[in-house]
Order: sequence, then C-alpha cells, then structure tokens
Amino acid sequence: MNVLEVHDLSVETGDDYKVVSHVSFSVAPGERLGLIGESGSGKSMTALAVMGLLPAELKASGSLLLSNGKDALMQIVGAAEKDLNEIRGTVASIVFQEPLTALDPLMKIGRQLSEPLRRWQGLKGEELNEAIIAALTEVRINKPGRIASSYPYEISGGERQRAAIAMALACEPSLLIADEPTTALDVTVQAEVLDLLDAIVAKRGMSLLFISHDLAVVSKITDHVLVMKDGSVVESGSLRDVLRSPRHPYTRDLVASAKELDNALDIAKKGAGS
Amino acid sequence: MKKRHTLPLIIGATLVGFIAIMALISIFWTPYSVGDMTGGRLGPLSPHHWLGTDKLGRDLLSRVMIGARIAITVGFCSVLIGAILGVVFGLVAGFAQSWVDESFSAMFDILIAFPTLLLAMLIVAARGASITSAIVAIGIGMSAIVARLTRLLVKRVLAKDFITASRASGTSWARIIFIHVLPNIWTTLIVTFALQFGFAGLTEASLSYLGLGAPPPNASWGSLLQEAQATVLTSPVAAIAPGVLLVCLVIGMNLIADGLRDVADPTLRRSR
Repeated sequence: MNVLEVHDLSVETGDDYKVVSHVSFSVAPGERLGLIGESGSGKSMTALAVMGLLPAELKASGSLLLSNGKDALMQIVGAAEKDLNEIRGTVASIVFQEPLTALDPLMKIGRQLSEPLRRWQGLKGEELNEAIIAALTEVRINKPGRIASSYPYEISGGERQRAAIAMALACEPSLLIADEPTTALDVTVQAEVLDLLDAIVAKRGMSLLFISHDLAVVSKITDHVLVMKDGSVVESGSLRDVLRSPRHPYTRDLVASAKELDNALDIAKKGAGS
Repeated sequence: MKKRHTLPLIIGATLVGFIAIMALISIFWTPYSVGDMTGGRLGPLSPHHWLGTDKLGRDLLSRVMIGARIAITVGFCSVLIGAILGVVFGLVAGFAQSWVDESFSAMFDILIAFPTLLLAMLIVAARGASITSAIVAIGIGMSAIVARLTRLLVKRVLAKDFITASRASGTSWARIIFIHVLPNIWTTLIVTFALQFGFAGLTEASLSYLGLGAPPPNASWGSLLQEAQATVLTSPVAAIAPGVLLVCLVIGMNLIADGLRDVADPTLRRSR
C-alpha cells in the first residue's frame, strides 16, 4: 500500500486561479520522489496540501490519500483539523526552506524539540532530556547539550536546519516532505545536510518527497522525479529516464543548464591539469 | 553597556515605587484624616503640615497620599480590565478570517474613535460618579487599543513558518496559542500595559477634575488640582504637589515600559 496517493489534486485561490492543477502521483513505502519546478510552479503548495496546511484563502480539490499508519488510507482534502493532527508528525512531516523562520525565535531548541517528543511518546523529565539529546545526535549535531539550551539565533544555519529536521523526525513519520531544505544553506553545509537526509531516510526506511528547483540536488537524493511548471506536472518518471531523454521543453532546459555547468567544470578541470 | 539599558527601568521603578509606597502607607496611616479641618485655611508648609493645608484647612499631604492610592488603584484595575478584554477579543479577531475579522476591526476602530471622556460621562450618568465607574470607563476605552494591537501581532505571528512547522508536527491550535503565539506577542503587550498604566492615572485625574471621577471627600489628584485652581497664585503647593506626582507616575511608567522591552526580549538581549 502506498504511503501517499494524490489523484487529480487542484489548489485554487478565492478568485478561481489554479495554483496547482490536476496533479496526480503516488509515493510507495521507501520511495524517494523528487518534485522539481521553478518558484511559483506550485510545488510548495502541493507539499502543504499533503499536510492539510494550506493557507485559509486556498482551497484544495481532488483526492489526497495519506496512510494513517494503521493499514488504511485517510482522505486529507476536507478533513477536520482534529483528525489531521492525528497524522501530522506521525505519518507525514515537513522540513522547510528557511530554518531561521521555521523555529520559534523565543524558544530554546531543546524546548521546541520536546513538544512533539512529549506529545507522541509521552516522555517526561530525565527521559525527555535524553530523547532530546538522542534526537539531536541523530541529526549529527556536535555538542547536542549546548544546542538544546540555545535559542535559534544563537546557532549556525546548518545547525538550525539539523534541529528542524530533528523536529520533523521526532514522531517517526513514514513520509518526510523536504521543501527546499538546502536552498538557504551555503554549498558545503548543503552537501552535509543532503548526506544526513539520505542516511536517515535509508536507515529508517522512510519515504521522501523532496522538493527543489535544483536538478543537481534532486538527482543526488531521489530515484523518481516529477517536473512541475505553472501548477501542472509536465514530466514524470525515473530519474535516469528523465535525465537521459527529457520530453518537455522545460525539462530539456533544466537538463541542458545542468550539463552546461558540468561542461564548464570539466573545462576548468582540464585547464587546471594542463 | 548593561547598566545603560537597565537605567530607565531603575529610574522608572524608583518614581513609581515612591508613589506606590505612599499609596500603601495611606491604607494604614495618613498624618490626618482626609476630611478633617485640622489647620488654618491655606496654611503654609510646616512641621505639622508638611505640604500645608488647603482652602478648607485640610492637610494636603494626607490628601495627596489618598490621591496616590486612587491613581495606583485606577491604573492597575483599568489596565487589568483592558488587558483581559483586549487580549481575548484581539486573539479572536487575529484568528478570524474575512468578514468576521473585518467586523471585529471595525468595532475596535469605532471604540478607539469614541472619546474616553464621553464614555465615562455615559457610565457616570448610568451608575453615578465613583472610582469603579472611572475604572470601567478607562478599562473599556483601553481594551479597544489592546485588542487592535493584539490582532495585528497575532496575525503577524500566525504568518510565520514556525507556526506552520508546529502545526505540521501535530500541535493543536489551543496549544499553539499558549506556547507560540502569546510568548511571541507578550513582550510588546507588556510595554503597552505599562504605558497605559500611566495614562490611566492621567485619565482618572482628568475625569476627577471634571467631577466625573471619585466623588468628594475622596481626594483624587484631579480633584486636588481642580480645588487648587482658584488659589494657585497664593498657595501654589496645592497645585504643584499633585501635578508633580502625576508627571512622575506617567514618566515613571514610560521608563518602565522602555526598560521592560529591553529586558523581556531575548533577541534584543544579544545585541547588547
């Protein structure tokens, strides 16, 4: 049974403008799906719709079935907030682009991390502290004790994003949605965070919905891709097929620009070698 | 560096503390009973009457102390009423969408545009002049300002990613209000409350000056000013004493508000 099944999903604004139109895809257990598109292509709105977190002025239609963790699928479109809270964090969870705004500026990291841990695992006192340290260690944070007692503005961007990932993973979801998780980070930290996501998703056997505008980043971590443009899916398939023989002009542009960068790197390397 | 930023708080606390101590002492003891004519009319400053006496021969220090008690009581109670009503309505409006939100905003704007003095006159007409009437009038007037501010702050916090992130991990709205929304808005609110405390004292003085506040023989600073008006050239102390204390209260609360903002916000704490 799939973790996520999306059929004919559309997201509309109040004045009938379709931000996402007739999108269908599914994510199997352990599958890693990349969602590629430029900004405004509707990829983030698709992600929010999966969690039932669309802003109030946007309306979703179609069908969005998410596993409820008990061998059944739950309809997200039109579901009550109370039912959604049951599956948020435990079945699906999300990591955002900008870790500085995704963490409460007035709350210490450990305290923020304790919220989901306490709610879902019923931990208290010393056990809770140990779970916080364990969660921060899992996302490869050095000195987890120091980070736990820091405010978000006191730690680095990479540490913040790791802490945000730890929060998203706290309730052991079966699907992790990563919405441009590396875009706000500098390149070396980007690679570390990608490695981390890769390792944790593999270790836990989770499904991953990885959203990015960057083909190079997506190709490192996913095996299937979905290319979105202006709210519609223009191409989908295995990463290899899409890279080898892109059918849609937009995908061709994406692949071509990635190749150009590769060629430029090759030439630069040869130049340095001779 | 640290000293410079806590200085306003210390000066403010000293000024307000002085008035608060006067108010506290007045509960148990005043040099003379407020209504007793114990000295000559418009008596000068003397060891028996530190601030002299008024035109009926009543001890001015005793009356000023009672005035301090009224100012502090009115300030505290009206800010409390304004805070409770304002934060509750502001939260509701902050979470509300489209026309519900708009009608709340319109209601706040009308109430803010409505003069507190007129509101006080209506309440006094309905239930008679008393300290309670003044507190209710000032409290309701303030609640609109608090509500409008709370609504704005709530909307701003709700638009932040960390609220979405918190919802994404399954936190209920009720819990989000307590752990994310209120902590993120209270630093701004507490500053407003401190400012309003001072203004409540000032408004009460205006109401009493107009005869809409505490009725005689209660000695609000406003009524002391009103009584001293006719004889201000011959015995200025009667007007200066309540006037200076009123200024101290308002400036003191302003300084406290300033200091609180710096101390309460951990993100500002770092920049020092």
